[in-house]
Amino acid sequence: MIPAAVDYVRADSVEAAIAALVEHGDEAKLLAGGQSLLPLMRLRLATPTVLVDVGRATDLAGISVEGDTVSIGALTTHSTLEHSAELAVACPLLAHVASVVGDPAVRHRGTLGGSVAHADPASDLPAAVLALGGTLVVAGPGGTREVAATDFFTGFLESVLGVDEVLTEVRVPVSTGGWSYQKFNRRAQDWAIVGVVVAEGGAGVSLVNMASTPMRATAVEAAVAGGASATDAAAGAADGTEPPTDNQADGAYREHLARVLTARALTAAGR
Amino acid sequence: MTDTMSPFAGGIVGTPRLRKEDPPLLTGESKFIDDLQLPGALWISLVRSPHAHARIDAIDASAALAVDGVVAVYTGADLEGDWAGPLPCAWPVTDDMKNPAHLPLAVGKANFAGDAVAVVVATSRYAAADGVEGVVVDYEPLEAVVDVRDAASDRLVIHEDCGTNVAYDWELTPDPDGVAAAFQDAVHHVTETYVHQRLIPAPMETRGVAVVPAPHNGDMTLYSSTQIPHVLKVMASLTLGVPEQKLRVVAPSVGGGFGCKLNVYAEELVCMTLANRHGVPVRWTETRTEASTATIQGRAQRQTIELAADADGKLTGVRATLLADMGAYLQLVGPGVPLLGAFLYHGLYDVPVYSFTCRSVFTNLTPTDAYRGAGRPEATYAIERAMDSLAVAVGVGQDEIRSRNFIPTEKFPYDSPAGLIFDSGNYQPTLDRAKELVDWDGRRAEQAERRATGSTMHLGLGISSYVEMCGLAPSRTLAALNYGAGGWESATVRILPTCKVQVVTGATPHGQGHETSWSMIVADRLGVDPDDVEVLHSDTAISPLGMDTYGSRSLSVGGTALWMATDKVVEKARAIAAHMLEASAEDLEFAGGTFTVKGSPDKEVPLAGVAFGAFTAHDLPDGMEPNLEAQVTWDPGNFVFPFGTHIAVVEVDEETGAVELVDYAAVDDCGNQINPMIVEGQLHGGIVQGVAQALWEEAIYDADGQLRSANLADYLVPSAAECIDMKLDHTVTPSPTNPMGVKGIGEAGTIASTPAVMNAVVDALRPMGITDVRMPASPMTVRRAIEAAGGAS
Repeated sequence: MIPAAVDYVRADSVEAAIAALVEHGDEAKLLAGGQSLLPLMRLRLATPTVLVDVGRATDLAGISVEGDTVSIGALTTHSTLEHSAELAVACPLLAHVASVVGDPAVRHRGTLGGSVAHADPASDLPAAVLALGGTLVVAGPGGTREVAATDFFTGFLESVLGVDEVLTEVRVPVSTGGWSYQKFNRRAQDWAIVGVVVAEGGAGVSLVNMASTPMRATAVEAAVAGGASATDAAAGAADGTEPPTDNQADGAYREHLARVLTARALTAAGR
Repeated sequence: MTDTMSPFAGGIVGTPRLRKEDPPLLTGESKFIDDLQLPGALWISLVRSPHAHARIDAIDASAALAVDGVVAVYTGADLEGDWAGPLPCAWPVTDDMKNPAHLPLAVGKANFAGDAVAVVVATSRYAAADGVEGVVVDYEPLEAVVDVRDAASDRLVIHEDCGTNVAYDWELTPDPDGVAAAFQDAVHHVTETYVHQRLIPAPMETRGVAVVPAPHNGDMTLYSSTQIPHVLKVMASLTLGVPEQKLRVVAPSVGGGFGCKLNVYAEELVCMTLANRHGVPVRWTETRTEASTATIQGRAQRQTIELAADADGKLTGVRATLLADMGAYLQLVGPGVPLLGAFLYHGLYDVPVYSFTCRSVFTNLTPTDAYRGAGRPEATYAIERAMDSLAVAVGVGQDEIRSRNFIPTEKFPYDSPAGLIFDSGNYQPTLDRAKELVDWDGRRAEQAERRATGSTMHLGLGISSYVEMCGLAPSRTLAALNYGAGGWESATVRILPTCKVQVVTGATPHGQGHETSWSMIVADRLGVDPDDVEVLHSDTAISPLGMDTYGSRSLSVGGTALWMATDKVVEKARAIAAHMLEASAEDLEFAGGTFTVKGSPDKEVPLAGVAFGAFTAHDLPDGMEPNLEAQVTWDPGNFVFPFGTHIAVVEVDEETGAVELVDYAAVDDCGNQINPMIVEGQLHGGIVQGVAQALWEEAIYDADGQLRSANLADYLVPSAAECIDMKLDHTVTPSPTNPMGVKGIGEAGTIASTPAVMNAVVDALRPMGITDVRMPASPMTVRRAIEAAGGAS
């Protein structure tokens, strides 16, 4: 539980962070809320030699709603999402998902950008952004690019983010249609054993902890689009998944849970 | 409910009172081991075997020694000559018990994943941790023994010197022929096998050690996050050959123990010997990973229980057989843990004949030892689960089967078939009240309605009635059980010149609130303010006599010593007051802090006046020593036997297998209560800890002996979010074995709650044909049981 030695650089802006990343390459890791990275470092499962702390780049925090789009700065904490009056109106699903991440201490430090960039398939928020059809804004030395959430996650804890890039903003459409998040775990603070996010009455359905990345349940979405009942649509929830096996669950049980929880989520979302 | 026999008259005892410990704890003012400022201290970090079983062929420390800040590296072989003896086991339960050598640092072979094989000494904690990464150990991995039945087969013997994996066999069958006859004649014969998974005690504060030497005069102070500074002092002195009078042991604020700090650990002895070698303070703070692998674990038993009963379900005999996992080595009291339950497998039921046998074996897993309840939760679990099976066999309710078998109140003191004398009991009211609290009949009706309507959310009700033996312990009884120490406790009451009071106790609180409770007892009797009573403890220089805190012993043993010391000091004060008032001591009354001459209310002297007079000593009775101070060491004549009934109501989601606790009632009887708020707090925490065994916690090992739940993300200690409002009530049946009429309550919640929850889970699923679910009843485990029973889609 004692991390290895690491150099520390504070970046007060996106530009400074990119410059530090360019300088240190893949030896460096960005530090935002630290709720995913620091535990890995304490167990010496992650041993970056430079930490680039963007925690004080305050231009990266905040929520704004313009037209049909909600723009959220990458450093916006889960707690801010949970309690945002604007978000409660514009995208109540995302506010709710943020409210069930970890425990209050995690939610006060952890950030939306950090959670999405960490790309943990067991995390709640990446799957929510995926179900909502979100877009991720990425800044690098060559400028800014936008990546659809469906293209962002490439593997276990891996994304399209380059070593010299910073996730600066998460955009999701205003979404007030029927929604639900069924998070199945044994303790409130735990990661989901399986989670199912339903947005817009089933137009967007995503799965937590059912593969090496957060994933859309495309068979369910198609069935919903074709007019299937919640139960019938949920039958395809485990299609194409590659669920992990761990202390809590094996793959077969996760597949079963995915179907049960998807039916519940679709029903709760008004399907 | 009824409280008719309290010996307290001062109006303080028996009323809820906030804990005086809490402001310093909540503000960070209390100092734990890691808060100690020790200039110039060296830090150590242990190199631990990653293998459950491996020969140590070579250790190369050269890379570690090159790390900036690393001062030295020692292997087990380097320090082997430092030990005057192995790590102690104080409970050789049989004369022929096998006790393999257990050195603080393993030499030649590592026997569990986490066994320390070398130590890095460095100028900072970080440098020490970096140094560990640089120690290259050449291991030859060996096959690991991880299952108790495999271990008992001796297919692979772990400790060659012992020649077997069986540490001991122990039996308690006072009437073998009677037992055989009971089972031969039984109308109902229930046989059940249950498995108690390994549990990690997981106190909020991990262990920690700091040793401060005084190289020139030979003094040494050992600070340790321990429950047992007094026992540790004796054991460390013997193990290291340090003269006992030169050793001072201090337990600063200790953040919980639950039994896992009732031990003598390698790190304490390693820090001591290295402080000697280096002549400077040496310290260590345990990581959570180490707390999971290198600190003792609990439970780890496989048990078979058989009940013989007549046609009405009246028990005629109980037979229990245990296979207990000691882990890789015998720790301080580990072999005795099954014995602490050995007398209680018939629970609180009136049974004529009884048999208990236990075989304890070594495995290549972390050693086990006392964990909250230690033996009694296991015993209670077996009998309470089996009583539900008997109820089904007989065709009566779970409540009725218990009522038919409770030891009748008129039989107390009760000569148990295991040879104990239960001090006092009145069991039926606790069951009646607990049923009321959960609306038993209403819930039964709701359960039936859900079943009738095909709901997939099944309701289950589980009863656990318990009695336990605590207040460890009469020294002669401990001798009969081969325990290596006594069971007395010491207390000193000292009234200072200004009439403030110092209490010195041999109890060593680490969360129990003794400072508050002890103050209340003394204040109630002396007529002073509880805030004017200071309770000193946990430092052998201040409190040299003590047997420490464990086994729900502190109040009934240490509190009784305190009561008697208070009596003694009052008697001395009475003699001085009589002298001052020119009256006879027998004519004085003492109440509200004032001595008054009976019949002459104007002739009085306050305790403060007596205290100052005792201090100045200007005018004491001839031959009387100055000052008001008295010390008493009390050795109890019997255990105390708290009891009660807990009822859990659970909801089982058939589709997911999830179990949710929806209601919980506990009606406990610990005799007279000193501070009801502390009693409730002990029950809240204890109940949750027992529920955790039923639903969440398990040290998960793979076939190679690797712990797969070595942190608090994987080891599921419940949080406040998982708890529900518990409905607590109590009855009062004072113990006749001590003047305060008290019984212990520190372990009762844990002892009672596990079977209540598991009985409720099985009750919910019984219509599907399910008669047992292994603990913890995780969603996947429950769902698999449902699928196997074919009871659900």
